Amino acid sequence: MDINPARISVENLNFYYGNKQALKNINLNIFEKKVTAIIGPSGCGKSTFIRLLNRMNDLVPGGRVEGSILLDGSDINAPEADVVDIRRRVGMVFQKPNPFAKSISQNISYGLELEGSRKKDFIERKIEESLKKAALWEEVKDRLDESALGLSGGQQQRLCIARCLAVEPEVILFDEPCASLDPISTKKIEELILELKKDYTIIIVTHNMQQAARVSDYTAFMYLGELVEFGHTEKVFTVPKEKRTEEYLSGKFG
Amino acid sequence: MLDEKLIELKKEIVEYATLVEKMVKKSLEGLLLKDRQALLEVMQKDEPRVNAYEIDIDELCTNLIAQYQPRAKNLRIILMVLKMSNDLERMGDHAVNIVESALFLSERPDVKPLVDIPKMGELVTKMLSDGINSFVNEDAELAKSVCKSDNLVDDLKDKVFLELSRIMGQDPSTIERSLHLLRISGNLERIADLSTNLCEDVMFVVEGRVIKHHREEQENAR
Repeated sequence: MDINPARISVENLNFYYGNKQALKNINLNIFEKKVTAIIGPSGCGKSTFIRLLNRMNDLVPGGRVEGSILLDGSDINAPEADVVDIRRRVGMVFQKPNPFAKSISQNISYGLELEGSRKKDFIERKIEESLKKAALWEEVKDRLDESALGLSGGQQQRLCIARCLAVEPEVILFDEPCASLDPISTKKIEELILELKKDYTIIIVTHNMQQAARVSDYTAFMYLGELVEFGHTEKVFTVPKEKRTEEYLSGKFG
Repeated sequence: MLDEKLIELKKEIVEYATLVEKMVKKSLEGLLLKDRQALLEVMQKDEPRVNAYEIDIDELCTNLIAQYQPRAKNLRIILMVLKMSNDLERMGDHAVNIVESALFLSERPDVKPLVDIPKMGELVTKMLSDGINSFVNEDAELAKSVCKSDNLVDDLKDKVFLELSRIMGQDPSTIERSLHLLRISGNLERIADLSTNLCEDVMFVVEGRVIKHHREEQENAR
């Protein structure tokens, strides 16, 4: 199962918010075209961790990174690294759907235009393609010019996924993507994640252990800023190696 | 997600059950035709495969429960497959016991022409294959009919016992061979019992009813 190469290699990663150390010496590989779930109690550093993977923590005052995050072998924090390009290659979907207050189609074309695409037929093709990949096309194809804010929460989240797909990322980060969705929309997003992993490398942070168990190939358990355990999901959820993982999964703390 | 995994699981348990069914058939044919080749195959090739299936299925079921928190019928299916897997492994062991005795007998003259043991064998293999079919097709009626055949097998076993006791009394030189025949009928009877278990589990999956230990009759009487 480990035949897929690592797309992202995290080596000796530390992160500080001022004097407070939020991540402690994390070493982890994210494998290509697999879903890696990161679980752990609130405050364990899981969101901090994935936000580092596309440099979303750059603007945190007092934030300081040590160690390296290699995307296809190049350090994303190197001085010559282009943060705009990194964020294109490593897309992100957030906890709360955050579509732009624009039309459905503009939500998707925006990133493309930012990249310099001007050709109308290219953009139209991209809009359709991205919406189809995000399993939203059938529901919105007749109202592409209507405001994205008129969509339901679940639809808005899928629109955000489509927006992310339009710029052809390699890796997609999901930060609690179903936290504000109902069970049906949650199921749709989970099915979508399984579909997307055919083409993309996916990392999902979730509070919902069952969700991690259902959708992921690998699971990382974090606690108090440390990576306690990383392994195949079916192993982590049945015979974890670490006592702390066992206790967390069986509800003894967290 | 879980649905697809359950289809895989069912496919695997059906393959496993079919293997065990073949082992039982082969051990009986080997006994009747004194076919040592077939008998050795059961022991050396089939039995290790059975053990591998059992471990695989245990792991698969554990993973499904841990990863998907199955509920209602999905949960019943997984629980049943786990039990079925245990029962099938036992049946494989019983087939190997039959093979051991059949190998012993294959090099010696017959005590008597075999009549009731082949009848038992036919009934038992039918119970097992009907049990598997009832699981595949979720056919509770078929499962119920299998449970009824169990009594016929028990009667035949008693008959074999009485007949062989009589033969051993008359001619002590047949004792060792007769004991092997008794062992074979005993193992066939166990396979029938385990097939009955399997069918009780099928009814649990399909209808959610527990019919073990005549529970239904007890409840109706209440």
